[in-house]
Amino acid sequence: MKAPVAWLFIGAFLAVCATFLVAPTAMLAIQAVTGEDGFTLAYIETLGQYRYRVAFEHSLYLSLASATAGVVAGGLVAFAVLKPGAPAWLRSLVTSFSAVAANFAGVPLAFAFISTLGTLGLLTMLLKRIGLDLYDMGFSLFSITGLTLTYSYFQIPLMVIIITPAIAALRPSWREAAEILGATPGQYWRHVGLPVLAPSLIAAWILLFGNAFSAYATAYALTSGNIGLVTTEISAVLSGNVAADPQIGAALSVGMIVVMVTVLAISTAMTRRASRWTARS
Amino acid sequence: MSGAGANRMGPGGWTTLILAGVYFVVPLAMTAAFSLWEGGSTYGFEAYRLLLASADLPDALLLSMELALATVAALLLLLVPAMIFMNLYAPGLRPLFEFIATLPFVVPAIALVAGLTALFTGPEWLIGTPFYLVIPYFFLALPFAYRSLDVGLRAIDLTTLTEAGQSLGAGMGQIIRMVILPSLRAALVGSTLLTLAVVMGEFTFANVLLFRTFAVYMNQMGQHEATAAAALAVVSFLITWAAMLGVLIAGRGQTSIPGGH
Repeated sequence: MKAPVAWLFIGAFLAVCATFLVAPTAMLAIQAVTGEDGFTLAYIETLGQYRYRVAFEHSLYLSLASATAGVVAGGLVAFAVLKPGAPAWLRSLVTSFSAVAANFAGVPLAFAFISTLGTLGLLTMLLKRIGLDLYDMGFSLFSITGLTLTYSYFQIPLMVIIITPAIAALRPSWREAAEILGATPGQYWRHVGLPVLAPSLIAAWILLFGNAFSAYATAYALTSGNIGLVTTEISAVLSGNVAADPQIGAALSVGMIVVMVTVLAISTAMTRRASRWTARS
Repeated sequence: MSGAGANRMGPGGWTTLILAGVYFVVPLAMTAAFSLWEGGSTYGFEAYRLLLASADLPDALLLSMELALATVAALLLLLVPAMIFMNLYAPGLRPLFEFIATLPFVVPAIALVAGLTALFTGPEWLIGTPFYLVIPYFFLALPFAYRSLDVGLRAIDLTTLTEAGQSLGAGMGQIIRMVILPSLRAALVGSTLLTLAVVMGEFTFANVLLFRTFAVYMNQMGQHEATAAAALAVVSFLITWAAMLGVLIAGRGQTSIPGGH
């Protein structure tokens, strides 16, 4: 087999990506600024309307909250089970459960939370019986708080999976050196542990943010579109559930892509800055 | 706090794990219990019987399985050879490949489906069949399949292995079949199972493009029948669990897993 066959395979892959990934994305950008009489910014301007502004606010808030919850809780869990004194069975239990839960998202996850914390959910009913009426206290599963709680179910285990190699790579000798020099655990973390972990933590946060920002199925099945998110608004336009031009769907999509590119760019810049610290060591 | 104390799981560690355990186990236990509820105080497998009796479930499940297998085939035929040849003959294309593998992250599924519907309004033989979904599913699986194959390819010295094979008189086809693919086994099995799990539960593309896959069926069913929805959630958790168990077993052959072990 010679190089021409190799180029055939490489070419086929690139052609498929250009046709079905790059071209549709470019098409969105074109469609978002094309009206009946050619170029127009009218559709981009509609993103400023109350309905769409709220959708972006909801999506951003939900992604920020669930990514932060995931990074903090997932980081603490990974840190706890990676201590040398932690039992091995616990470590493998957490690892394998994380792999399952990180992929247990979408419609089934929404149903699991409805069965548990919905208005007629089992936990809601049990708590009501002991005099704790969650929905009277202002909680609702079908709110941004409820969505954040639900999203954390796949965000935390995803964090555990991503951060485990980075925490495992922290050398015990650094900690010992810090202790010998008289550093408290707090000082060790502030001056050694966290700076070394920083690039991984930033990268993980970005991945979790994107994961939540582009999630659609969980939100759709949970709220039936009652809470506007950018993803559910786009799907409402596409399926014709709202009287809106397809260009608005394209403009919303371009808005999402802009957010993702911005977040990724910030992450790359910050990771580069943070890893300069470790590159010297 | 002494040095030994920092290594043992202190009360803080246990509290974290117990709280996490409660958060993760309660919804599963409640869903499982709810799926067995038959009204009043009777419990049984009625919801599961209802699912099995449903005429549409086998079709939806079968369609999702076919789509999952087709997506895996597309990855094996399109991505794997392209990556091997890129590493061998055109390492200069690596940044382009990296860029393509990042794109599906930057372009969310719902945006890609908007772009696809805007660009392709025909031909009917392409967009009219559910197998049209294989195209977006290919890109859905691309980032993690690329990542895991990339790790696998970096772990072996592709050029040396190829040259060694050639000096022993093997053709390129033989080298790929007998040397490269076997050493990528863990990466291949891992990304195959992950793809299966992702496609089985995929909802965004199927729902917008109006194809009745397993997840779409599950959503329709669940909107009317609360206990059936719970039963479906349990079944789908078990499917995910089985797929991930496979990934973990496949990964055990890999020696260089950071952390753990």
